[in-house]
Amino acid sequence: MAQAKSKENEYEDIPGTFVFNAERSRQGYGINMFCMSLMKDENRKAFKANEAEYLKKFPLTPEQTDAVLKRDYNRMLELGGNIYFTAKLGATDGHSFRHLAAVMTGSTQEDYAAMMLKGGRSVEGNRSRSGKYDKPAKQTSAKPKAKTAAKSAKKSKSSKKRK
Amino acid sequence: MAKIIAGFASSHVPAIGAAIDNKQTHDPYWQRVFSGFEKAKKWIADVRPDVVIAVYNDHASAFSVELIPTFAIGCAAEFPPADEGWGPRPVPVVKGHPELASHIATSAILDGFDLTIANKMEVDHGLTVPLNLAFGSPDEWPCPVIPIAVNVVQYPPPTGRRCFDLGRAIRKAVASYPDDLRIVVFGTGGMSHQISGPRAGLINSKFDKAFLDGLTKDPKKLAAMPHLEYMREAGAEGIELVMWHVMRGALDDKVKEVYRFYTVPASNTAVGNIILENVAKPAKKAPKKKALRKAA
Repeated sequence: MAQAKSKENEYEDIPGTFVFNAERSRQGYGINMFCMSLMKDENRKAFKANEAEYLKKFPLTPEQTDAVLKRDYNRMLELGGNIYFTAKLGATDGHSFRHLAAVMTGSTQEDYAAMMLKGGRSVEGNRSRSGKYDKPAKQTSAKPKAKTAAKSAKKSKSSKKRK
Repeated sequence: MAKIIAGFASSHVPAIGAAIDNKQTHDPYWQRVFSGFEKAKKWIADVRPDVVIAVYNDHASAFSVELIPTFAIGCAAEFPPADEGWGPRPVPVVKGHPELASHIATSAILDGFDLTIANKMEVDHGLTVPLNLAFGSPDEWPCPVIPIAVNVVQYPPPTGRRCFDLGRAIRKAVASYPDDLRIVVFGTGGMSHQISGPRAGLINSKFDKAFLDGLTKDPKKLAAMPHLEYMREAGAEGIELVMWHVMRGALDDKVKEVYRFYTVPASNTAVGNIILENVAKPAKKAPKKKALRKAA
């Protein structure tokens, strides 16, 4: 991927996040169009019958094919997939958005659900890779608390939970 | 003359739609969410808008990566629910208002907003979940709905300021429409949430509450917030909140906040609902509905 040009790509500093920009959209066109095809029942069946064969119909790189076959959702995002599209793959496997979210964070379903019930993942310690934005910007009234690290944001490849 | 009387904003979490469709609204988990919308439902039942203009985003249903309109206005007579991978939601077909929609498109385009015109479009949970939250699950939606789809999927979405100004352009368009219609504008999406990547599950209640405050009291300042801040503070998908600025821009500068509700979580997401009424009376034919205040 081309180097971040300027301030424009400052969002790359947000940890655990793959912003779906024009570059990723170009790179992931094949993944996302494959996922769109899963909106039709006959395509879902054809895919499930022979996944590798079905994927040949789409312009995917070997890495992208591998990520899809392994249901490595973070890797798909990294290679240009978008969550609203890859969720269709999840739905084809019978999984909800929340299930996929737990998988992407490397949590068990139970731990993830419990975290959400307790108010979700704190933004504290999760704003910035560089540490440049440890505090909220002035528009929000939030005050930074003691840094409670939510370190799961570090793990970037976690797909142990795939079926 | 048509008139925008109020704005209604709410999250549009797909799991809320699934809970409705699977009749789980009375489960304790979901009860917490749905009970918060009871007052909003009562409010809108009293107000009985003639038309709803619903600002929402498509989630890879009507639009894929083949075509990504920044702003698209639905000018069709009807909009069927999309199959989002589980079959279409069992909700009524959304009936449009082609005359008013085309009038808004014409006026807004001449005003400098190059809206994409959609004459055939399916609508997903982004639109139908807020309709459920406002109107429950009737056999038919109680009024025509004009969908305005905003790209918040591929970065960058339109800026908050641009969204606010689109609201202004919609307001101007509505004011020049000859029929006596009372209109409520919906802003949907948000609040804080991230459903993608290792940071999924992020919730920032302080940000959300400050956003609700700003929306009522200082919307122009709020609309100047850069995208980076939404993504960092409110989660990558929290940027959906820019759509609420369209609703706010369509209202008067000074509004009365009649209701607010906030809870965490619904699935991966914080849920918010706010209702803002224009304070100034319409020049004529104010349909006396003032008892509604007692709803809250």
